Amino acid sequence: MSKTTQAPKALRGVGNFIDDRFHVAKMGEKNLRKVFPNHWSFMLGEIALYSFIILLVTGVFLTLWFKPSMMEVVYDGPYERLNGVVMSEAYASTLHIDFAVRGGFLVRQIHHWAALIFVAALVVHMLRVFFTGAFRKPREINWLIGVSIFVLAMLEGLFGYSLPDDLPSGMGVRILQGVMLALPLVGTYISMFLFGGEFPGEDIITRLYMLHVLAIPALLLGLIVAHFMILWHQKHTQYPGPGRTDKTVVGTPMFPGFAVKAGGFFFFTFAVIAGLSAFVQVNPIHLFGPFTPTSITSGLQPDWYMGFMEGSLRIFPNTLDFQIFGYAVPIGVLVPGLIVPGIIFGGLGAWPFIEQWITGDKRAHNVADRPRNAPVRTGVGVAGITFYGVLWLAGSNDILSETFSINLYLTTYIFRVLAIVGPILAFIITKRICLGLQRRDRETLEHGYESGIIRQLPSGEFIEVHKRNSHETIEVLASKPTITSTALTEEQVDDKGVENPEGRKPKGRLRRALAEWYTKDNVSVEGVRPHSGHHLHHSDEALKEHTSSH
Amino acid sequence: MTENNIDNTGDDTPKRVVGTPAAEEPVVSVEAEQARDDHNGPYPASETHFNSEEVQRRGEKVASAWFIIAFLGGIGFLVSYFLFTPGQIADPQYGQYSNMLLGGTLTLAMFGIGAGMTVWARKVMPHYEVSSPYDELPSNDEEKGSFSAFFMQGADESGFTKRPLMRRTLILAMVPLGLAPIVLLRDTGPLPGDKLKNTPWEDGRRMYVEGTHRYVRAEDLENDPYGMISALPAVDDDHYPHGISLNDAAKSVILLIKMPEEDWQPSMNDEIEVDGETGTRLNWTHNGIIAYSKICTHVGCPAALYERTTHRILCPCHQSTFDASDAAKVVFGPAHRPLPQLPIGVDDEGYLIAKGDFTEPPGPTFWDYAKD
Repeated sequence: MSKTTQAPKALRGVGNFIDDRFHVAKMGEKNLRKVFPNHWSFMLGEIALYSFIILLVTGVFLTLWFKPSMMEVVYDGPYERLNGVVMSEAYASTLHIDFAVRGGFLVRQIHHWAALIFVAALVVHMLRVFFTGAFRKPREINWLIGVSIFVLAMLEGLFGYSLPDDLPSGMGVRILQGVMLALPLVGTYISMFLFGGEFPGEDIITRLYMLHVLAIPALLLGLIVAHFMILWHQKHTQYPGPGRTDKTVVGTPMFPGFAVKAGGFFFFTFAVIAGLSAFVQVNPIHLFGPFTPTSITSGLQPDWYMGFMEGSLRIFPNTLDFQIFGYAVPIGVLVPGLIVPGIIFGGLGAWPFIEQWITGDKRAHNVADRPRNAPVRTGVGVAGITFYGVLWLAGSNDILSETFSINLYLTTYIFRVLAIVGPILAFIITKRICLGLQRRDRETLEHGYESGIIRQLPSGEFIEVHKRNSHETIEVLASKPTITSTALTEEQVDDKGVENPEGRKPKGRLRRALAEWYTKDNVSVEGVRPHSGHHLHHSDEALKEHTSSH
Repeated sequence: MTENNIDNTGDDTPKRVVGTPAAEEPVVSVEAEQARDDHNGPYPASETHFNSEEVQRRGEKVASAWFIIAFLGGIGFLVSYFLFTPGQIADPQYGQYSNMLLGGTLTLAMFGIGAGMTVWARKVMPHYEVSSPYDELPSNDEEKGSFSAFFMQGADESGFTKRPLMRRTLILAMVPLGLAPIVLLRDTGPLPGDKLKNTPWEDGRRMYVEGTHRYVRAEDLENDPYGMISALPAVDDDHYPHGISLNDAAKSVILLIKMPEEDWQPSMNDEIEVDGETGTRLNWTHNGIIAYSKICTHVGCPAALYERTTHRILCPCHQSTFDASDAAKVVFGPAHRPLPQLPIGVDDEGYLIAKGDFTEPPGPTFWDYAKD
């Protein structure tokens, strides 16, 4: 076995063929050397990407048989239990995929599971980016693209869920239409144009199909490619550690290490999705029956990512609904249907810019924050998760009520309170935990780590021996950035004694107040020398000195 | 692996003697100082951690074992496909077997490849980290200035800024074309008009028990254990397998509820107007039977659950609750508007009939529902 310096002839042939036409040797090598930092949390976005690929492939397979038609037919097909039942062609063709196409059931389940995992991975990936501040300059645009992907993925999922035209999916479309009707002035028009008339009409499945298999996937694909190209161009963020700075990225090169690991991870992702699809039934439309606008079953649940919308529709009270000149404004539908997602998605999109405005931080960041080192951001994030989570749980209040034998109406009241109190508590608790962790970090940096060894000094005093931190730990702890804001450091009064006019305006005052809120309480490690703490005599060496001096 | 296999690690890297055991944990490199400059040169990894030939050989075996498992899984997948005929999987039991076999073998194949590749990356490949510079942001002033100068020169050459007539007419020319796609969407659906306000219910219209073609008689409710029947107008339109279009069914479906007359609340004596005639709500009931729209006024789910003892109608979607004995007023939940009442009576042959259309438009509340 010897080291290969020259590529085999065939490979050289292909390479030369391409290079003769595109001149890519230099660029190709640079990209093969592309550095990817290592951390488990960087694999979350990969799961989303791989799920999306699986969705594209399985989706194409399903279109071979699915008929996006609302034509009503009397079923006469392989699934005998529904023979004679009136249903749409869309539902009948889905039954065909399930019961007459070998592997059809499996591919449908893979498609559905992959969709659930796609959105889940995307959300967790987004939370990782949020909590580590990886959205900061220069990555704000990629963050916005990510938020758009999230919104589109939800719509894509909702529309796909609607296509088989089974009872729960049709009811989802009905709720969508009901929310649309609530829009002042334009609601009835939008609904008529989208549905080609009244609900359910004869067009909606065909139109949702177009959106689901063509328009939204094209947008998603475009945005995902853009997301990935920007990531490639700007390089990945990394966690603090030896040699890792805002100027230098440390990690595994694309080729061969990262390529093989990422390839393996794709197959793991696919294996998990295939395993779920083989053994865990999801969306068994043949058991739900076809959609009719006049029937319903209790305990209906949407796919998980629509749960927060469902929950907010369930718990928002009707007391704010009003009429103006005889026209209805159903606030109880408009707020959950528009304002709540507006707050969640708008807030996500706006946060990088809000944070930048508060701190005045215009520097480029490539080293990710440890969540504890940005306690207000982390607190806001956890408050957001809590708000979303409460709404999400509220979307299952009937199930919770039945499972835990709680009065159904009581659950609604509980969720109403939790939706307001929960995020506030979550913020306060999270911030306190972050600050506690900061204090511990500072202590570890100053004194080393607690070894768990208790010694008795000759004086009778008991001490716990602290041991020296590793080089890497010191790097990580000492790299804690100090959170400041230009709003607080800028001179409020210039050298002639004239007050800064910006600072006196309401906007300036708001910014100062927010900056105060954002920066206060933080524990600084500035000026702390590692292992310089007054407890240092607890370390092993010091202990010896201590004993010898007696 | 021979020694010349590691000559890309730089001269100051201590070369490990073949056969000595490797350190257990992967070594993280410290950034080499020269890294920034020679990014295109050899990997600047200051330490590369090679697996010993022994470990590599074992890794190769384990990875190959996984790949063979994956191969068998793949073969199993193909076999599973042909194990069943399309006719057999029509039986849900066999369909499930087929699904489990296909899915199980596919999982095995995928997992095998993934596991094999992971072993390959961990046990056969060397472990190292390299550093590389992030791009300097932003561009330097010289580059920016040059770009800006060239762009402005081109803009001047084009005359786009200097010739306002041309510029403005071009923008003008774009406007109608920009509107065209919106105009083209006009025919996606009809205007709302009063479509949402009218239903097939009219004076004298009989009703079918939902899902059947059997007219409802008042006695049917005496015998019904739930005291509640879901009904549709008897329109018998041959165009539709159900005899009624889904659009019409969606807005005209009703709940017929019978309750003892002493349970009626005072609000049942409120005057309401139906097709120009006024009367109390009770006037529009028959023999203790009252009809309400089944479609929730919140966002349109069928409010299909009825509790006989409390006279409550519950929508299972968002739990809006209406009191059937009290003009279907909202007693809990997000809906705001009572369920519209359908005036009913009985015809000469004893069948229940509608005496007109709903008291208010049925279905989700919309902007102008209260306007005529």
